Amino acid sequence: MTAVASDEAPRPGPVRAAGLFLIDRPLIMLSVILVLLLIACEITSPGYLSAERMGAILQFSAPLAFLAAGQTLVMLTAGIDLSVAATATAAAYIMAGQASRGTGTALAIAVLVGLVVGLINGVGVGIFRVNPLIMTLGMASIVSGYLTVSAQSFVTGVPLVPSFVRELAVGNLIGEAIPKSLLLWVPVAALILLGLRYSGYGRTLYAVGDNPIACRLAGVRVWQVLLVTYVLCSILSAVGGVLYVGVINAADLQLVTPYLLPSVAAVVIGGTSIFGGIGGYSGTILGAIILVVLDSLLTLLDASQAVKQIIYGSIILLLAWLYATSTKRV
Amino acid sequence: MTTVEDAGAAIGRKGTDWRRIATRHGWTIGVYILLLLLILAYIWALAPVAFTSFDLKTIVIGGLPLAFAAMAQAVIVISGGIDLSLGVMVAVINVIAASLMENQSFATSLLIAVGLMVIGVLMGAINGGLVVLTGVPDIVVTLAMSFVWGGVALVIMRTPGGGSPIEYQALGTGIFFSEWIPAGAVVIALVLALVWLPIRWRRPGFAIYAVGSNRDRAYLSGVNVGITRVLAYAIGGFFAAMGGLAATATTGIGTPYAGTFITLNSVAAIVLGGVSLAGGKGGVVGPVAAAFCLTLVPSIMVFQGIDPNYGQVIQGALIVVVVMLGGLVLLRERR
Repeated sequence: MTAVASDEAPRPGPVRAAGLFLIDRPLIMLSVILVLLLIACEITSPGYLSAERMGAILQFSAPLAFLAAGQTLVMLTAGIDLSVAATATAAAYIMAGQASRGTGTALAIAVLVGLVVGLINGVGVGIFRVNPLIMTLGMASIVSGYLTVSAQSFVTGVPLVPSFVRELAVGNLIGEAIPKSLLLWVPVAALILLGLRYSGYGRTLYAVGDNPIACRLAGVRVWQVLLVTYVLCSILSAVGGVLYVGVINAADLQLVTPYLLPSVAAVVIGGTSIFGGIGGYSGTILGAIILVVLDSLLTLLDASQAVKQIIYGSIILLLAWLYATSTKRV
Repeated sequence: MTTVEDAGAAIGRKGTDWRRIATRHGWTIGVYILLLLLILAYIWALAPVAFTSFDLKTIVIGGLPLAFAAMAQAVIVISGGIDLSLGVMVAVINVIAASLMENQSFATSLLIAVGLMVIGVLMGAINGGLVVLTGVPDIVVTLAMSFVWGGVALVIMRTPGGGSPIEYQALGTGIFFSEWIPAGAVVIALVLALVWLPIRWRRPGFAIYAVGSNRDRAYLSGVNVGITRVLAYAIGGFFAAMGGLAATATTGIGTPYAGTFITLNSVAAIVLGGVSLAGGKGGVVGPVAAAFCLTLVPSIMVFQGIDPNYGQVIQGALIVVVVMLGGLVLLRERR
C-alpha cells in the first residue's frame, strides 16, 4: 500500500483513492485486524465465537481500556504517563482495604488517590516543565514504594472487594452476553469521544499536542491544559484499577503492574501518535480489545509464557510499523 | 561540534581554567559529591560498626549491573534515542551466561563472556536497526522489544538458576591488589578507558553527540544519521551485556525477570547523572556515579532500620526534584 500511496499521480486512481480512504479511517484497518484475530481464534478452537465469549472479551478489555483512555489523553499532548499502573494498583488496593467503611466511601477514596497522583504529575509537567517520562516514572516509583511501605495502614478491617465492584466488573446483563462494566465504559467512552471532538478542552488538547509554542502565543494557558489532562488520566487509571480488582477479586501490591506496557501499546496500535496532536479514543478502544483477543488466542494456542511474550511484542511492533509506513505520520 | 570551538578557545588560554571546568562538568562533579555524601551517610548509618573494605566492596557489588545499564542508557539517550528494553537485555545476557558457565573452567567462562559481549552488540543493533528502519518512535519499538527479549530470557531459563566459576565471580566481587580497590570498580574504569573513551573522542563519538543534539544539522554536516543511531544502540547493547555479565558475577546465578527494575532505574540514573533526555548533552561518567547513588539509598535505609521500600519513594522523589531544580537552573540561565 505504501508504494501506491506515495505514487505521484495527479489524480488519484481507484487503488490509491482506496488506500487514502483507509489511511484516513484507521478504524477500518483495526476492525479488519480484530476480525482476522477472532477468525484465527475460531479456527484454533471451534466454537470459540459465542455471545458469552464476546461478553467475556469486553469484560477483560474494560480495565485496560480505562488505563489506555488516560494514556490516550496524555499522549495527545505529546506526553506519556508511566504511573498509570502504579496509580491503578494503589487505588484498587486502598479501595479494597477501606471496603469495611462502606462501598461509597471506598470508591471515593480510590478516585481521590487518582486525583492526588494526577495533581502532582500535572504540577510537575505543567508548571515545572519536568519531562513527562521522568515525572511519571518518578511518581510511579513514589506511589508503589509508598504503597508497599504503608500497605498495612491502608487496611482497616477485613480487606475485600465490595460486591458492588465485583458485580460491576464481572456481572452480566441480558442472558450473560453483555457485561455490566459496559454501563460504566460506554458513557465514559462517549464522554471522551464527544469531549475530544466538540469541547473547547478537547480541541485545545490536540492543539497543545501539535504545537505548544503556537498555543502559548495564541493565549492558551498550556499548563492548565496539561494539569487537567494528567488529573483526568490518573482518575481514569484509578477507575481502571477498581474494575480490574473486581475482575481478579483479590488485591495485591503488584496488581495492575503487568498492564503498564499494554496501556501504551493499545494507544499506539489505536493510531494515536506518541508525538501528540493526532489520534483519538476510538482507535484505543479497538487497540485494547485487539490486545485482549491476541492474549486469548495465544492462550488457546497453548503457548508458553515465553513464546507468548515474544509473539505479543512482535505483533505490537508489526502493527506500529504498518501504521508508520501506511500513514507516514506517526 | 562544540568541541572544535572549545579546542580553539583552549589554545588561547594558559593554565587550567577552573571556571570553565566547573561550568562544563558542574553536574557530574555534583553527582560525585552526592555519592561521597551518601557514602558518608552509609558510614554514619553503619556506626558503631566500623566501615571496612568489605563494606566498600558490598557497595560496588550492589550497584555494578545498574552502573553498566546506566552507561548503556546514557550512550543511547545522548544519541537522541531511548531504550526501554535495556533491563531485559541485561537479564537475557545474565541467564545465558549463568546457564552456559555452570560447571565450566575459568578460561571457558571468559570465552563465553566475550561471545556474550558480541551477542549484546547484536541485540543492541537489532533494537537500533528496527528503530531506524521502521520509523516507529524509539519508545514504542523498545517497549515492544522488551516483551520479545523478556520472552527470550524465559525461553533460556524459566526460574532463577545456573551458575558460574568462582574465579569468574571474583571479577565482580573480588579485590584488585589492595583490599580497598574492589575489582568491580576496576572493571568499570577499564571499560570506560578502553571502550568508551576511544569511541567518544573519535568520529563515531562526535557523530553520536551531533546526531543527538540536532539530527538534521548532523545530516547536513555529512554524518550518516541512520548508522550513527544504530551504532549508539549497539554500544548500548555492549554495555548491557557487561551489565548482564556483571550480574552473573555478583549474584553467581541467572535471574530471568529482573528486567523492569533495571530499565526504569537506568533512566533515573542518566537523568540524575546529567544526561539530557532531549539528547546530545551529558556523559557516561556521571550516570555511573548516579547508579551507585540510587543503590546506596535503600542500603542506608536498611542500616537505619527504616523499611527499605522507603528507598523507592526517596529514589522517585530524588529524580523528580533534581530534574525540577535542573529545569529552574536552565530557566535562570536563559534570562
